[in-house]
Amino acid sequence: MSKAILGLVAGAALASFASGALAQNFDDPKEFQAAKDLLAMTPEGPAGKPWEQHLGGKEVDTSKYKKPGPYRICFSNAGVDNPWRVVGWTTMQAQVEVLKNDIKSFTVADAQGKDDKQISDINAFVSSGNCDALIVSPNTTAALTPAIEAACQKLPVVVFDRGVLTDCPVTFVNPIGGYGWGIQTANFIVSKLPKGGKVLALRILPGVDVLETRWSAANRIFKENGVNVVGAEFTGGDNAKTKAIVDDYINRFGAIDAVWMDAGATAVAALEAFEDAGKPYPIITGEDQEDFLKKWKEKGLTAMAPTYPTYQWRSPVIAAVRILKGEPVIGPTWKLPQPVIMQADLDKYVDDKMPPLHYALCGCKDLPGYPQAWGGK
Amino acid sequence: MSDQQAIAPAPAWRRYSAAPPLLLVGSILLYVGVALWTGQTRMLETDGVIGLLQRMVGLGIVALGQTFAIIAGSIDLSVANLISVAAVLASFIMQGRADMMLAAVLIVLAVSALVGVVNGAIISRLQVSPFIATLGVGLILQGLLSASFTDFAGSVPKEFQLVAYSTFGVVPYSVAALFALAALASFVLWATRFGAHLYAVGGNAEGARLAGIRTDLVTIGAHVVCSLSAGLTGLYLASRLRSGAPWVGRDGVYDLESIAVVVIGGTLLAGGRGGVWGTLAGVLLFATLDAAFNMLGVSAYPKLVLRGAIVILAVAVYTFRTRGHVA
Amino acid sequence: MTVAIQGGRERARAVALVRRVNFAVVVFLALYVAVGLLQPNYLEPAGAMNFLRRAAPLAILASGQLFVLISGGFDLSVGSLVTLTVIGGSMLTANDPSKTWSTIAALYAIGLFVGLINGAVVAYLKTPSIIATLGTLLSVNGAAMMWSGGSPRGYLPDNFRMFGRFVFHDVPVIGIFPLAVAVLVAVCALAQWGLHGTVFGRRVLAVGDNPRAAELAGVRVEFVRLGVFVISALSAVTAGVMLGGFGGVSVDVGRGLELQAIAACVVGGVQLLGGRGTVVGAVAGALTLTALFALLTLLGLPQPLKDTAQGFILIAAVAIGAWRRRRAV
Repeated sequence: MSKAILGLVAGAALASFASGALAQNFDDPKEFQAAKDLLAMTPEGPAGKPWEQHLGGKEVDTSKYKKPGPYRICFSNAGVDNPWRVVGWTTMQAQVEVLKNDIKSFTVADAQGKDDKQISDINAFVSSGNCDALIVSPNTTAALTPAIEAACQKLPVVVFDRGVLTDCPVTFVNPIGGYGWGIQTANFIVSKLPKGGKVLALRILPGVDVLETRWSAANRIFKENGVNVVGAEFTGGDNAKTKAIVDDYINRFGAIDAVWMDAGATAVAALEAFEDAGKPYPIITGEDQEDFLKKWKEKGLTAMAPTYPTYQWRSPVIAAVRILKGEPVIGPTWKLPQPVIMQADLDKYVDDKMPPLHYALCGCKDLPGYPQAWGGK
Repeated sequence: MSDQQAIAPAPAWRRYSAAPPLLLVGSILLYVGVALWTGQTRMLETDGVIGLLQRMVGLGIVALGQTFAIIAGSIDLSVANLISVAAVLASFIMQGRADMMLAAVLIVLAVSALVGVVNGAIISRLQVSPFIATLGVGLILQGLLSASFTDFAGSVPKEFQLVAYSTFGVVPYSVAALFALAALASFVLWATRFGAHLYAVGGNAEGARLAGIRTDLVTIGAHVVCSLSAGLTGLYLASRLRSGAPWVGRDGVYDLESIAVVVIGGTLLAGGRGGVWGTLAGVLLFATLDAAFNMLGVSAYPKLVLRGAIVILAVAVYTFRTRGHVA
Repeated sequence: MTVAIQGGRERARAVALVRRVNFAVVVFLALYVAVGLLQPNYLEPAGAMNFLRRAAPLAILASGQLFVLISGGFDLSVGSLVTLTVIGGSMLTANDPSKTWSTIAALYAIGLFVGLINGAVVAYLKTPSIIATLGTLLSVNGAAMMWSGGSPRGYLPDNFRMFGRFVFHDVPVIGIFPLAVAVLVAVCALAQWGLHGTVFGRRVLAVGDNPRAAELAGVRVEFVRLGVFVISALSAVTAGVMLGGFGGVSVDVGRGLELQAIAACVVGGVQLLGGRGTVVGAVAGALTLTALFALLTLLGLPQPLKDTAQGFILIAAVAIGAWRRRRAV
């Protein structure tokens, strides 16, 4: 019995040693450089409509998909299990409403965060014969690849947010991504941090590709600039746990000068920990969620908000309709601009009428149903 | 529970339940009804039906094993974590190499069996309640796994992907395997001594012990079967997802859902009564719900509410005539 | 069964009970000292108060769960009810401080409703509580998401948040005194009185020990079951108000709390499937888990190993309890 447990532990320990050498590469210098280059580019496309803009990229011919409208579009969604996806999904539905003359039906299957279900959902769409085009927001990259490859044989596919390991989709729409986020945020902290200042990195979960790359890029810059990162902790996205962790760090180090976050959901909780401890606010990078922006404005923080803009949910709908009309789209990779909110444009994005977990860069102000559909007043 | 234990072992015919046929008919009516109502008649053709059956495989395999644990009067909350372990281990060992397939499968099954032995031994030897024992083992597994792997680890070779992506004619291997496993499980439960002992121990552990059955070995055996089925589900997922990640089991909620479909299928949570065909019917109902909600294009939240209500109602239908006490 | 044996057993049981409670408290103190050695701040009164504030929601959940466990059941729905409370609080108050009290009343009404459903399904439909509350878990989570559309619509006003967040400063001797600690003490006192000082509490113990015997002794078993699930649900709403207060609005605040609450009780020596347990044990169990998590963070161990440690402790706590009982008999 106890031998069995010992064996189990020993086996797992061995596995963990072995895996050290095999960790996936979330710290790819080439990707880092590519993101840097993209950040330096000027977006092309209609002004004021970042969801239709692109950074570099070429147009692909879609005349072979051309058919008479209106179209039946199907959408396999990874899930709506967090506010970012909820805001995005609301935005997408409104975009469908805008194009209602071209779209006869828009059918969604929600995979609820399960790869296995999403594969079945995609297969069902393909065999249903009710889809002229398929939009996919994959739950994970590798797992969805075969299902999407199979779907590509039958109909035009548009992928967004996370990618897949195949270039068979007509286009893959996404912003610059995690490396860009890491570069933008770390550079801000480096520029504001007093010499020898202590930085605490708060992360949500290990192993999530978009989050890992944010951290690897930021950490690379921190190292290059000799920044004193006193800790990198996982909060699980939990406010109470975030406060507990920050509280522990404040006690341990007396003062924390800057807080770097790989996602902004718990930014306000982190700031509250400083309030509760009676300490001055740190320099902080959050995200474009209203509760953080509001706090920033109210308290006059030294802050910036990077974004993983939710307006990217508009682009795939637009792309799908263009493809079915035979109009060219940017592909096979369509890079959207990934703006940041700085002090100067803060006022533009703070909106008391919007709910706390709303994302300011939804690109949804011109859409039907705004602001009620997004929970605003 | 104490009252049910006082009842003599149920006669064989009592072990049959009206549940499987009712669930089967209900699921088919729901699926066909929704398909006709929404005009998606293509979903009634071969591809659509195969797609529906494919939805059953992952949950179905592990639920077969969970049926064994529950019939024996136990429960296994560690299956979701073990599924993750199995999936990660398989793809980690294979590293995309076909010649490692056999070794990987054997190691995964050996580890799974070992976890089953540990579960069963903690329950029967250390006398820890199954709920806590398997919850604890699940936490231990998940912790070790997540500390060792943070993402998809390795990959499975093309040959191994055939498990999930190939077909006999129109029937996918995996669907055929699910029904073959169900037939095997059914045979073990009905025609072997081990099966008879499972029902005896689950129905009345003390009585079984007095009758000379090694109840501890039966409990361990039930958990080995359960863990092996979790291992198989892990292998299936590794094949279908091309790799294993430490969250595939947890995200699939295989622990709670496998228990839910087993009891929906008419297996008594207290043990001693039930069978695998009811479980498969429960799995079919869950798969049908997924498919039907997709066809209706309704958001996922009402489905969560409905799913919870179905779990309660289905089980209440079996239990509300129970005399005596249940907690 | 003669009276003498019964008396002897009770005494042995009482002795065992004292031992077990001591055990959980001892483990907690040992862990806390270890935490304090790594981070001396925890040994100061203010640090201890902050620690208690952090542990309060789990301790409150555990003392509610305790009633259900002692009666022989499980309540898996509390985590989702915590989530519903936080989301519902933000939806109903929408940052309007004048609505706080009516909102809290409404949330307790919702909790009462959920508790009654759990209790009724278990008591009258005879559905095992693991399944009944698993069903409620799924439904309540879905209901919270449906209500908010997946993303809560409002902030929680400050007077709603004070229960989890407000701190009295410049208190003599201890320095600071969080309101959450006052709530914790009040809830514990209430639970202690309810379990050990009332007829209802004795009936809960009796039902958990042997429902048939309790019924023969005139206990309305169904009422007791309704009662324990209501208590558990109300404690979940209380914990939800505290967590929402401490951390603000989020959508998955309650995830996994049900298992943590059960684990806390088990570590505190509560016997699953009924009949034994104390409020002191449940609270000590919750403090033990919180101290353990703090310790693992301070040691800088990989986060996931927290789960592993929790798993070992759970199994060990129950196995040791079972071993002691076997030895005592």
